[in-house]
Amino acid sequence: MKLTNLLTGAALALGLATSAVAQDKTKVGFIYVGPIGDGGWTYEHDKGRLAVEEHFGDKVETVYQESVPEGADAERAITQMALQGADLIFTTSFGYMEPTLSVANKFPNVKFEHATGYKTAPNMSVYSARFYEGRAVQGHIAGKMTKSNIVGYIASFPIPEVIRGINSAYIHAKKVNPDVEFKIIWAYTWFDPAKEADAATALIEQGADVILQHTDSTAPQAAAEKAGNVITFGQASDMGEYAPMPRVSSIIDNWAPYYIARTQAVMDGTWETVNTWDGIGAGMVGIGEISDAVPADVKAEALAMKDAIASGEYNPFTGPLKKQDGSDWLAEGETADDGTLAGMNFYVEGLEGDIPQ
Amino acid sequence: MLRLEKRPQPSAFWSWLTPLIAVVVTMIAGGLLFGALGKPPIEAIRTIFWEPIFGEFSFYYRPQLLVKGAPLVLIAIGLSLGFRAGIWNIGAEGQYIIGAICGAAVGLAFYPTESWVIFPLMVLAGALGGWAWAMIPALLKVRFGTNEILVSLMLVYVAEQLLAAMALGPLKNPEGFGFPGSRNLQQYPSAHNAEIITGSGMHWGVVAALVAVIFAYILLNRHILGYHIRLTGQAPRAARFAGVRPRLLILFCLGASGALAGLAGMFEVSGPTGQISIDFNVGYGFTAIIVAFLGRLHPVGIMLAGLLMALTYIGGEIAQSNLGLPAAAIQLFQGMLLFFLLAVDVLTNYRVWLTSTEAA
Repeated sequence: MKLTNLLTGAALALGLATSAVAQDKTKVGFIYVGPIGDGGWTYEHDKGRLAVEEHFGDKVETVYQESVPEGADAERAITQMALQGADLIFTTSFGYMEPTLSVANKFPNVKFEHATGYKTAPNMSVYSARFYEGRAVQGHIAGKMTKSNIVGYIASFPIPEVIRGINSAYIHAKKVNPDVEFKIIWAYTWFDPAKEADAATALIEQGADVILQHTDSTAPQAAAEKAGNVITFGQASDMGEYAPMPRVSSIIDNWAPYYIARTQAVMDGTWETVNTWDGIGAGMVGIGEISDAVPADVKAEALAMKDAIASGEYNPFTGPLKKQDGSDWLAEGETADDGTLAGMNFYVEGLEGDIPQ
Repeated sequence: MLRLEKRPQPSAFWSWLTPLIAVVVTMIAGGLLFGALGKPPIEAIRTIFWEPIFGEFSFYYRPQLLVKGAPLVLIAIGLSLGFRAGIWNIGAEGQYIIGAICGAAVGLAFYPTESWVIFPLMVLAGALGGWAWAMIPALLKVRFGTNEILVSLMLVYVAEQLLAAMALGPLKNPEGFGFPGSRNLQQYPSAHNAEIITGSGMHWGVVAALVAVIFAYILLNRHILGYHIRLTGQAPRAARFAGVRPRLLILFCLGASGALAGLAGMFEVSGPTGQISIDFNVGYGFTAIIVAFLGRLHPVGIMLAGLLMALTYIGGEIAQSNLGLPAAAIQLFQGMLLFFLLAVDVLTNYRVWLTSTEAA
């Protein structure tokens, strides 16, 4: 009898102790669209998660679920994390917007952060990076380095974020090389190595000697390496294993500072709904090392542009710019406002083809 | 030494027992796999099979089993009819997509009118869409003798392109800031396939799946058409003498499986998913093939297999998040299930004798 009591007491104490510890820890959840080893988008988000763990040590516990399909499955995955006691949940793909909103309404005490969307709630923020700033630097290098004057672009989905990237790269390539032409293939995927490799090969066969990609795998890099004399840029992640050729530079997503700051805000109880859109200046977008395959003067110009964007001195969308149909968009010296950029659904003048509608 | 002897007829006893053995063997092999990954094996298996039904948050997961299982069962029932007759519809995923597009399109055409007729019309459109998509391989097979496996599979990719075009074009949400994807049907009451009892997970697709199970059972056991289906699968030549019209059977089996897959897509788009988006389909049409075989092509078996598959999905997600198991390990685990089922199937078709080595 005594022994049983003792055991019950011990078990109870243990139970209380564990729940007390659990309460001390801030639990942060991550929902990923691809596998953490994709070498691109999801890989960088997961690096952000690991940075949170390293920064806060014992004070946080992180959980994640990878390769979550967008739609009903995402809603269950997010709900499940909320049920398991997550305090803060990052959902890291555009397609998670509706599911995140729906779960956020059901769990008012849990904070949600959705990447690249536009819907917010009292407990749901959105965050994204101004990748188009990096695209400007890429466009400059691409325009200078192409010999065939054909730049291939593997686009994912015709959403504003991708269209901004195409426009930004094109504007800056055209600026240094008036003869440049963009060939765009819509892959309709964020991550599909086979499809991406096919797209890269098709573009190279059409004469492209620069491949830009808005998809996350390294398959286009491998295809370019095989073809030889084709340059590429790392996407989302540095993809440095393909440097110095074909990968001559990259756009790197750096989510760690944001994830750490938001986790800190939850710990401090100062979390508020925000709409974050940071670029090179704030460190959310990084430019990977420009390799020796790029001539020194081009490299210097590219770096100068990067610094000008970072300091706010230069905006990649500065007039005079016209839309594809020839109508005026931005007057001389005028810069694009965030509202137009956020919903961008048109090409700038000079780009050929139509945005799939 | 083990010696195999072919049974004159597949054993009925073993054909019911082998799925259970396959599940147990999968648990053991899966446990070893999880152990090799440095995760507690028993805890992982327990999380996958126990947590969704009896765990702390089962109030949420139990209804989700119905949500996840219903489309699998609905599609697998349709597939099983053809599979029994040796007619292989591999393109249920495509029919599922077309059903969803047609159903959603009809609903969105009425937006924002509210009326009780809208949802029944959507159901009809969904079934018709799936049926029509399945008629392509059916007619090609009947008319030109093409292979329905290839044609139906290829049409999946066509359907996926059509889905992308719809999400970006005609069905795009006009208030969506240019982003792809349709309006959310969950926010349009007349078109919303809502839960019949809140929190139960029981939406009209679940009801349809149960009805399909009952109808398939009656069809196969009590109806001359079901007899013809079974006969064609077991003895095609004899079937012809018995008055079976093979072309009609092809049209019926592909049409029925297409219509059921279309229904599944329609209930999914108007309910749990809510909107047409570029990657709306998540592979139910392919997983349903596993479910059909796991359920022995028998309506009741399929129902149980569908729930089991749903369990591994939901339990697998919990294991991922709680124990940090990689997604690939869970997919491997599900694949093992079919693999072991096929492997232990040898017991259904063969008798195993233990013979002494001296005799050999």
